[in-house]
Amino acid sequence: MLCDQCRERDAVVHLTQIVGQSVAQVHLCERCAAERGIETTVAEPKHPLGDFLQAVQHQASQLPGDLPRCAYCGTSLQEFRASGRLGCAHCYAAFDQSLRELLRRVHGATRHAGWRPTAAAAVPAGDPSTVDRASRIEVLREELARAVAAEAFESAAALRDQIRALE
Amino acid sequence: MTLDLSLLPDGGLQWLAPTGEHAAIVLSSRIRLARNLAGFAFPPRAREGERLRVLQAVRQAVPHLEGLRDGVLVRVDECTASERLLLHERHLVSRELAGLEVAPGAPTSLTAPTAGAVLVTGDVGLMVNEEDHLRLQVFRSGFDLEGALRHAEALDRGLGAAVPYAAHPEFGFLTSCPTNTGTGLRASVLIHLPGLVMTQEIGKVLQGLQHMGLTHRGLYGEGSEVLGNLFQISNQTTLGRSEGELVDQLARVVRRVIEREEEARRVLRREAGYIIEDKLWRAYGTLRHARSLSGEEAMQLLSGVRLAASLQLVTGLSVYTLNKLLIFSQTAHLMHAAGRALTESEASVARARYVRSVLAAEAKITD
Repeated sequence: MLCDQCRERDAVVHLTQIVGQSVAQVHLCERCAAERGIETTVAEPKHPLGDFLQAVQHQASQLPGDLPRCAYCGTSLQEFRASGRLGCAHCYAAFDQSLRELLRRVHGATRHAGWRPTAAAAVPAGDPSTVDRASRIEVLREELARAVAAEAFESAAALRDQIRALE
Repeated sequence: MTLDLSLLPDGGLQWLAPTGEHAAIVLSSRIRLARNLAGFAFPPRAREGERLRVLQAVRQAVPHLEGLRDGVLVRVDECTASERLLLHERHLVSRELAGLEVAPGAPTSLTAPTAGAVLVTGDVGLMVNEEDHLRLQVFRSGFDLEGALRHAEALDRGLGAAVPYAAHPEFGFLTSCPTNTGTGLRASVLIHLPGLVMTQEIGKVLQGLQHMGLTHRGLYGEGSEVLGNLFQISNQTTLGRSEGELVDQLARVVRRVIEREEEARRVLRREAGYIIEDKLWRAYGTLRHARSLSGEEAMQLLSGVRLAASLQLVTGLSVYTLNKLLIFSQTAHLMHAAGRALTESEASVARARYVRSVLAAEAKITD
């Protein structure tokens, strides 16, 4: 049976809708069903980070106050949790503990055993001098605007000092 | 910007010529290295200015680099949606860099990320500002992971000396997604497994891959469907083992998969000779005469004909012709040939016409 909506794929979701007195049958494929917000029991491919991210979320929800945030690009652990993407090389230092756990789960190891970058290229972890100054200031300015808007004046002051130091 | 395909050496499709080992089963081998430049936020987080500076740094470095200096750089973000889809159909540009959210074949698209680009030369493609600043890809015809790795290593050394990479003393090369951290290596083969699918052995084989730390995907990588019995098999982990070890392990497993596929084909011929022969000739007949073919149907039928050719049931059809049909019968390629956008039904008609014309010209089939 073809999907009522796209008429292309096989219908796998069979929906009985009761509107007033009338009963209507709707047959949808998985994709069209998802578009209409109907959850299907067909399993989504599992995100390799899913478990870990859930664990982080759980852990995070127990933490009081602010979540760790990368001082260089402004990515928070929460954002990383949501997207699965780190913001910059320095996030690896900022989220070191969580990342080690993640790397161990995903790869079964944390120590790189392959090619070494050419000596000049290696970036010592957490060395701010290697981060593009202009873009750090840009990020901090945005943070500052957010802090001011949220009336978080203490962190705004700290951010202002950081910007001054960089300038 | 109009994409002038004649500028691309071999159209970035050198691997279509079936020169490599086991070319009848393994269409191509690919090595991908994910790298980021030190000093810039990763592309998903980077500001437009940063992304432009990354592209600028690559542009300045490339003319001095052996193996890359003759490359043609295409600004993907300045291409039209169908041009971006075309690059994607050629495996030169990922869905993400092409700004395509949907499955290949449907050219509805989002905007491509700013300063996204691809440098193409011979069997090499270098994506810029994808999920990582650099995604270096080396393609090889047939089963040649080692050859592709050697080439990738040479290019990577040159590039890394010119544009310093973000790296960590313990974690190795740093990537936007921690699933690529360490070597940043994804080695994969594009392999045709109709025998294992028809004998229903494929489930066991794919399960076995997982136990070996390998993974499989469809023709167009992550999230794409398996069509036409074409699977991409690749390593899943990137950290803790060297590039050579990761490639060796994949190559060992792929060799076993090839053996099992060959065995399955022998079983099929022995147990169901005339049924298979009939099925495959019907696939050829449909491709040769149909007046409308959907992309999916074409893929399925091409798989049948590819199998028929490798079993020498149908002779006079080269693997090169089959490889060409696989790529050039896709929607954006048909649109490019037609010089305009096509509706789905127009594309189906154009596809059938294209397949017929190629088979008429290149297939020397004797009954």
